[in-house]
Amino acid sequence: MSATITTRQVGDVTVVDASGKITLGEGSAMLRDQVRNLLGAGNRKILINLGEVNYIDSSGIGELVSCFTTVTGQSGQLKLLNLTKRVHDLLQITKLYTVFEIHDDEAKAVRSFS
Amino acid sequence: MPGTLDTSLESNLESVNKAEALCVDACKQIGLDEDGCMDLGLAVREAMINAVAHGNKYDTAKQVRLILESRADSLRITIIDQGDGFDLNRVPDPTEGDNLLRGSGRGLLLIQTFVDEFTVKKTIGGGAEVTLVKYTISD
Repeated sequence: MSATITTRQVGDVTVVDASGKITLGEGSAMLRDQVRNLLGAGNRKILINLGEVNYIDSSGIGELVSCFTTVTGQSGQLKLLNLTKRVHDLLQITKLYTVFEIHDDEAKAVRSFS
Repeated sequence: MPGTLDTSLESNLESVNKAEALCVDACKQIGLDEDGCMDLGLAVREAMINAVAHGNKYDTAKQVRLILESRADSLRITIIDQGDGFDLNRVPDPTEGDNLLRGSGRGLLLIQTFVDEFTVKKTIGGGAEVTLVKYTISD
């Protein structure tokens, strides 16, 4: 299943719903473009929902990190929502679990943005 | 089912996907479970990305050789590129310090996590030859 990325607004938080594969040549570039577009439009509170992401490779993981550093570098906040077991395990292996703020409840995640 | 597949692939992303799919098929044939197949498929994907992108730099004149050896107790995958090779000991640890926030450099960590043996050699031509081994029966 190839990647799809859509966005929706919940209050002042933009939720990015990703699904399918976030890999080199597929979802990775889509995710980068989407986050850049959001920043360009002035959105600084971004919640990436990975609940339907069934596969991610090191490029996809790297893209999440790049999005995080780009957003925080522009005084924004980027958080993750609904990790599948596979993504959760890979973030633990790469020790990125400590870098990202991760939520499993969307309403609470939205409220957590300052 | 024991057997060997030895093929040359072009230096592009299609080859990465093809190698991963071939590996997952071979995993199923030797009886690895679904998670095991996905893990080893990811390891092969990462090794192929290294070969295609970092080794051959997507040069259409260069090939990646993929050798899949199915044995009774293991699957051995060898990937050979025509780049400049690399020294595993000189690759930065992506989990340390500032490396944690880099946008790349995690492929080798994932490979080493998901295989039982991982070796890197330099070929006579100067490219990298990496071998991944996964055993079906653990001690």
